[in-house]
Amino acid sequence: MDLAFTKEEQAFREEVRTFFHENIPADIHAKMIDQHSLEKQDLVTWQRILNAKGWAVPHWPVEYGGTGWDPIKLYIFWEEMQQTPAPQPLQFGVHMVGPVIATFGNEAQKQRFLPRIANLDDWWCQGFSEPGAGSDLASLRTKAVRDGDHYVVNGQKTWTTLAQHADWIFCLVRTNPDVKKQVGISFLLIDMKTPGIEVRPIQTIDGGKEVNEVFFTDVRVPVENLVGEENRGWDYAKFLLGNERSGIARIGISKQRIRRIKELAGQEFYGSAPMIENQRFREKLAAVEVELKALEMTQLRVVAAEAKRGDKGKPDPASSILKIKGSELQQATTELLMEVVGPYALPFQPGLVEGSNEPPIGMDWAATAAPTYFNWRKVSIYGGSNEIQKNIIAKAILGL
Amino acid sequence: MDFDLNEEQRLIKDSVERLLADRYGFEQRKAHGASERGWSADMWAQYADLGLLAMPFSADDGGMDQGPVGTMIVMEAFGRALALEPYLATVVLGGGFLRNGANAAQKADLIPQIVDGSLTLAFAQTERHSRYDLADVTTTARKDGGSYVLDGAKSVVVHGDSADKLIVTARVAGDRRDRSGIGVFLVDGNAAGVSRRGYPTQDGQRAAEVLLEGVRVEADWVIGEPENGLPLIEQVTDEAIAALCAEAVGTMSVMHETTVDYLKTRKQFGVPIGDFQVLQHRAADMFLMLEQARSMSMLATMMADEQDVAERRRSIAGAKVQIGRSGRFVGQQAVQLHGGVGMTMELAVGHYFKRVTMIDTAFGDADYHLSRLADAGGLIAA
Repeated sequence: MDLAFTKEEQAFREEVRTFFHENIPADIHAKMIDQHSLEKQDLVTWQRILNAKGWAVPHWPVEYGGTGWDPIKLYIFWEEMQQTPAPQPLQFGVHMVGPVIATFGNEAQKQRFLPRIANLDDWWCQGFSEPGAGSDLASLRTKAVRDGDHYVVNGQKTWTTLAQHADWIFCLVRTNPDVKKQVGISFLLIDMKTPGIEVRPIQTIDGGKEVNEVFFTDVRVPVENLVGEENRGWDYAKFLLGNERSGIARIGISKQRIRRIKELAGQEFYGSAPMIENQRFREKLAAVEVELKALEMTQLRVVAAEAKRGDKGKPDPASSILKIKGSELQQATTELLMEVVGPYALPFQPGLVEGSNEPPIGMDWAATAAPTYFNWRKVSIYGGSNEIQKNIIAKAILGL
Repeated sequence: MDFDLNEEQRLIKDSVERLLADRYGFEQRKAHGASERGWSADMWAQYADLGLLAMPFSADDGGMDQGPVGTMIVMEAFGRALALEPYLATVVLGGGFLRNGANAAQKADLIPQIVDGSLTLAFAQTERHSRYDLADVTTTARKDGGSYVLDGAKSVVVHGDSADKLIVTARVAGDRRDRSGIGVFLVDGNAAGVSRRGYPTQDGQRAAEVLLEGVRVEADWVIGEPENGLPLIEQVTDEAIAALCAEAVGTMSVMHETTVDYLKTRKQFGVPIGDFQVLQHRAADMFLMLEQARSMSMLATMMADEQDVAERRRSIAGAKVQIGRSGRFVGQQAVQLHGGVGMTMELAVGHYFKRVTMIDTAFGDADYHLSRLADAGGLIAA
């Protein structure tokens, strides 16, 4: 048992940290620190900086642009990116559809899509959830009917994050309605410019419009855009969701936010002393730090076991712990930050969240605290709600 | 980064677990606990044979050089078996004072006696008013020629009634809560002026109230610097906290396993109660709290001999917070999910609950360490 990072791993951490800090454009870094939402171009800019360095898709197979790092180095890489804080790559491409195509796609699909994902030439969004298919995802009803060398897609997807910018959407569609629901689903790649697709924004409680409804009316999709085999889409979806879960704790984000809370709580006063000297406040903060440290150790246990096993395909069911606790702690940090802001949490400035140039009301770091708190309620809902994760633990680990 | 045990550590773990599985059933434990000293001399001899009592000592001192990981392995196994023997008191605490603070002559005299099982120790630290403050010491040690004379009263000294020798903290100088002026003294349990009132504890062990009246200790039996013993005391109690974290993980593991088994076998409304989602989620919550505790136990183990004292103290405090909170949740839910039978002395689960509850009160509970950690700036550097 040796819980220290090796000298080489420490040097690697230093290397990526230095690169992130030296190469992140100042305006993007400032937006990240103050939790302002990013423009499409910000993500594109950052992704291309990473790609030029060869670090756009480090976890992919080497032949498609991966770096060959082991799970521990990958963990360090993402954690440092979160702590910078730098933008996370658009996950729908880099973490979701990219690995699915690399693993289950045909050669033509790999050649066509993977380099464009790595460079963020194509903006991808995710077409999984539907109005009637949330936690019970397999009950989805959007259907794709074969017509010659096309599928004709009809139905509706929802909670489609950043679909307003998207060039492509990957969808789970029903290709066989007559069998058990999990075995009649296929995984389709759909060009968002295809006639018959309509995107309508949904405003969320923070005031932002990052999610959308996407409607499909007689949308013709070439059969060459089917990933893998017809009716095997559920397997690919499970692979995708498993990948999503293992990186979902986002410990670096919570750490960075705790540092920010400490900094700001050193400036704001509670009576005659800075908030950080208030015993009740700092004990609440310390309690979150304890849980976060424990989660970091749990995450490292999962990562080290993965490094030892050498297979990345199968998610550890213990990663459900990472999802549950990671999301709870991210939420706890947004709550503490809002507490630091105090009365200036009140002004509602949705324009600011979307990046308008209007001067903010109050301290310039205060305006995003409440919206971030409200927005972050999503993290215990998406990616398989925390209740679904408990079902997974009960079933897959405890055998109940 | 490797969370697995090496070959030698795995062998140690297997052998201690096998011994306890064979010889430390629930009924056997009950019999050991009912004996006069409250633990089994026969088991103690077996631990000596197996080398468990030599585990943390250096090879030069006749030990097995297994460090904090060795202690973690033994204590987790003891937690699983609810073992009653004074391993923490003698090997972890007593041994800790000898390893970290004793001179060569003291080591040469005492460590072999611990290793062969002939010497047991107890740590007499707490006083009526001190709660968890290690610097709050009013017992005095007055210099008198070549020796010291100790006067005072020590509270809830675990295994203090059966210990051959007591490790006593006493003040040679300064006021009640001063950090300086506290020494560590080795006192024979039967020395003139020592009176001990032994009693059973909630968790099936034994402890004693110890009165010291004009107890003479030769200067040879001062451990470390008598003017400045607190850093040594903090080091040793941090090691003991790491050990207790591992023991707590052992007790929590058993409570969780037992509860999940019970959910699978107990039927109500015609089905195993584990079919009910509300109970599945509770068991999942217990699992999460257990694994978070296990993670922090590992952290505590790794930090127990960390050279950066401030870093060590913060990490150990953080671990104790997590262990306290996890232990309370897992213990309470284990009893709750067993229902009425969980309330009975007849069933093991309640005894595990009692032990994990009392671990929280040892060397500072979760709230105490949370305050300490908050005062020290938390675990994440600003």
